[in-house]
Amino acid sequence: MARMKFVCDSERCIECNGCVTACKNEHEVPWGVNRRRVVTLNDGVPGEKSISVACMHCSDAPCMAVCPVNCFYKTDEGVVLHDKDVCIGCGYCSYACPFGAPQFPSQGTFGVRGKMDKCTFCAGGPEVNGSQAEFEKYGRNRLAEGKLPICAEMCSTKALIAGDGDVVADIFRNRVVKRGKGAEVWGWGSAYGSKQAGQPGVVAPEESKS
Amino acid sequence: MKHIFCSVALLALLCACGEKPQLLGERTGKQDAPSYSGTGKAFVDGGWTQGDKAGWESHLKARDQYGQNDYSRMN
Repeated sequence: MARMKFVCDSERCIECNGCVTACKNEHEVPWGVNRRRVVTLNDGVPGEKSISVACMHCSDAPCMAVCPVNCFYKTDEGVVLHDKDVCIGCGYCSYACPFGAPQFPSQGTFGVRGKMDKCTFCAGGPEVNGSQAEFEKYGRNRLAEGKLPICAEMCSTKALIAGDGDVVADIFRNRVVKRGKGAEVWGWGSAYGSKQAGQPGVVAPEESKS
Repeated sequence: MKHIFCSVALLALLCACGEKPQLLGERTGKQDAPSYSGTGKAFVDGGWTQGDKAGWESHLKARDQYGQNDYSRMN
């Protein structure tokens, strides 16, 4: 299995915040903490685009690199998780993360800056899988139930896709090819291959027949 | 008797001088169980036997296809 990944299709996201609500409900995330949020570019302007953002479970995660107490670890599936019993709530991870994923609750034992909380890809934490302790600290462990993250499974337009990186890439590539646009964006070639429909200089199969 | 006492005392001193490993990058604390080991509860994806790694992977991939890929669902 490849690494677990999220992809948000900005052509489909309608800024409904269903993913945010589903996440908060599933994991009973405390008030003031948003493991996932929807970001809109050019809000109110025709053609505005929205994407749902959370921890991207980076392959070379900067939060892991800067953590002074090594509370982070990565599962075999590439999911970046952390141990709240080790976290000291210093906040270095939040400065290092380019997505603003680490969140700090304002209420709790540590006062204004509690222990870090972030998206777990619905994979819980180092407590026993499915235990009450795991739920209270990290939320539901859906991966251990053979399910995918609730945010993606609840997405009404299927803008947010989560799962095995190869499968997610195939689904997204297929959409872009069917849609006939999107493959011209910067980075597409290195991510999905340069000789595909929609890429500059590549003739679509229908055009080449005529 | 004296030799035994001395060797035990020396052993105790040596133990006291020992250090705990402090390797850079090594994470201490609890170790997480793999996801495919399951939760031990009944509320899991239907048809999957908990602990079956290959089954877990194929169930997740299938769930991606029928739940997230509307092209394969509709066409």
